Amino acid sequence: MGHVPNPRPAGDFRTSYIDDNRLFKTHFEKYAAIGVVLLLIAVAPFLGAYWITQLILIGIYAIAAIGLNILVGTTGQISLGHGAFFGFGAFASAWLATSFNVPTLVSMPAAALMTTAVGMIFGVPAARIKGLYLAIATLASQFILEDFFARADWFSGGVYGALADRPDIFGYMLDTDLKYFYLVLFWLVISVIGVSNLLRSRDGRALVAVRDHYLSAEVMGVNLTKYRILSFGISSFFAGLAGALFGHYLEYVSVEGFTILLSIQFLAMIIIGGLGSVYGSILGAAFILLLPQFMESATSIMAVAFPAMESGKAYVKQMSIGAAIILFLIFEPEGLVHRWQQIRASWKLFPFSR
Amino acid sequence: MKWDLLFQLLVNGLIVGMLYGVVAMCFVLIYKSTQVVNFAQGEFLVLGAWVCLALVTQMQLPFFLAFIFTLVFMAIFGIVVQTVILRPLIGEPIISVIMVTIGLSIFMQSLMNWIFGNDAKRFPDVFGTSDVVSIMGLNVEVAYLLSLVLSLVIMAVFFWFFRFTRHGLAMRATAFDQQIAQSLGISVKQTFAMAWAISAMVSGVAGIVIGIVNSVSNSLAFVGIKVFPAVILGGLDSIVGAVVGGIIIGVLENMAEYADGQWLKIGNLYTIAPFYVLIIILMIKPYGLFGTKDIERI
Repeated sequence: MGHVPNPRPAGDFRTSYIDDNRLFKTHFEKYAAIGVVLLLIAVAPFLGAYWITQLILIGIYAIAAIGLNILVGTTGQISLGHGAFFGFGAFASAWLATSFNVPTLVSMPAAALMTTAVGMIFGVPAARIKGLYLAIATLASQFILEDFFARADWFSGGVYGALADRPDIFGYMLDTDLKYFYLVLFWLVISVIGVSNLLRSRDGRALVAVRDHYLSAEVMGVNLTKYRILSFGISSFFAGLAGALFGHYLEYVSVEGFTILLSIQFLAMIIIGGLGSVYGSILGAAFILLLPQFMESATSIMAVAFPAMESGKAYVKQMSIGAAIILFLIFEPEGLVHRWQQIRASWKLFPFSR
Repeated sequence: MKWDLLFQLLVNGLIVGMLYGVVAMCFVLIYKSTQVVNFAQGEFLVLGAWVCLALVTQMQLPFFLAFIFTLVFMAIFGIVVQTVILRPLIGEPIISVIMVTIGLSIFMQSLMNWIFGNDAKRFPDVFGTSDVVSIMGLNVEVAYLLSLVLSLVIMAVFFWFFRFTRHGLAMRATAFDQQIAQSLGISVKQTFAMAWAISAMVSGVAGIVIGIVNSVSNSLAFVGIKVFPAVILGGLDSIVGAVVGGIIIGVLENMAEYADGQWLKIGNLYTIAPFYVLIIILMIKPYGLFGTKDIERI
């Protein structure tokens, strides 16, 4: 039934349950993770404005993608409404901060919790239906939420959008992009640790069981309805958190930003990164964010030789995302993480690989 | 109550609903015979309309010839999509199949934006379609009548094809059970390709009709989204259900607009009402009116 993403490579044995359950499988993995975070903290002040912006956006999208990966990769459901939940978080935080003067330090997690509630409501159909039917139900939730944003003037400012101030921590304004980057990095690290821990807990194993064989899971005593709706809740929590970060970063939240295309991009991130993998979500977010920009500059360069390409610059971005989804699904359905594991394995087994 | 307005909207709903029904039929055809959910159905429709329009206006072909060429083009296009994109994914989990058609849809969308532009373009008036005839005191545009007739013709051809031809029988057999069909000498590969070709062709025709009634633009792809409420209502694997669902959604949309304009004053209920209906159906009757209930063996 289905394929299991990221199977463990052959010859990789655990000798105890504690080993099997560790957050970091090897010491190297642990130091590498800490090292990357420290490196980012150290290098960030020396990066140009462009790269800081890119890193912030990658971080924000990665948080949302990690959430979606719990729903799609780990629980085996599908959501075409993740972009709308992301938007709900952005509007909710802006609404709390401007209408009730809630400090942003509180309004962001509060917005995430509100999104969790909304996600669980729209997740209710998941208790009865799955696969394709669920995909269509979540598609409907995307349109219903979009319509709500455009209409609810008290909440989202309607078609005019909502303003969201840059956050402050007890009066210390995070007014530059660099300071904001540290905030995003903080939440990203929290999300990664939180989700990794969730996945090795009892609840995480229950979610995987629901994905791999829901009938067996039910026989083993896993409450299907509870876990299906719960996974919608968890994934919406991260969508809401990321959305709140996004809104306060742009300082302006508009309805047009959260269309079905955004939902598709989130799905593309986790498929390209690797279903069920936390690090894959981050890789996928980086890939989907940087690919269109790379394609755009590539088109500009080609336009020097072929002037006809000039007019296509705006469209090449979206085309490249569509093409990336198709190509990855046909040629590398397990995503970038799988490719990385293969590269690592071939180094390890060097003379015998291939 | 404005009875004449209500009646006019009812007729509009029926006509638009028939078109939804035709597109829903194409969707169900692909789902039933190849177990693929085609999220790019709306883009197929727009592609057909654009190609026909380009042949008529830029190549200066007579409409009838352009129509035939569009059919041929769409058939080839459908086969190419099936063989190049969908065939490698046979046996993959459902999310991969859904995502690949979504990827195809956004790829086609932006490519068509690039090639054909963002503006809506009108078909040259080939049939005198903007004339208005009066039927029982109702003013109906000829274009609407034309689309009604064409929808009925397409449905009749579908019925004839599946009931009375060898290929139709083969397709029904494949939809019923692929292995049995294969063991009886039916080429499942060919049948899959044919399903996509027919679906693309008929979507193309629907696109041309909608293009003549309104005008051709990339936003016509919304029909591909409206199809979902229709097919879920009718049952995902029922061709009759698709037609009935399409008509119900078309009428419902126009009724929602009437209620909205007369009493509710919410605005935009027209586009969003089908999706509320969709959620409700999925909650109470997920297999729709005519769909086969999925019984899972353990």
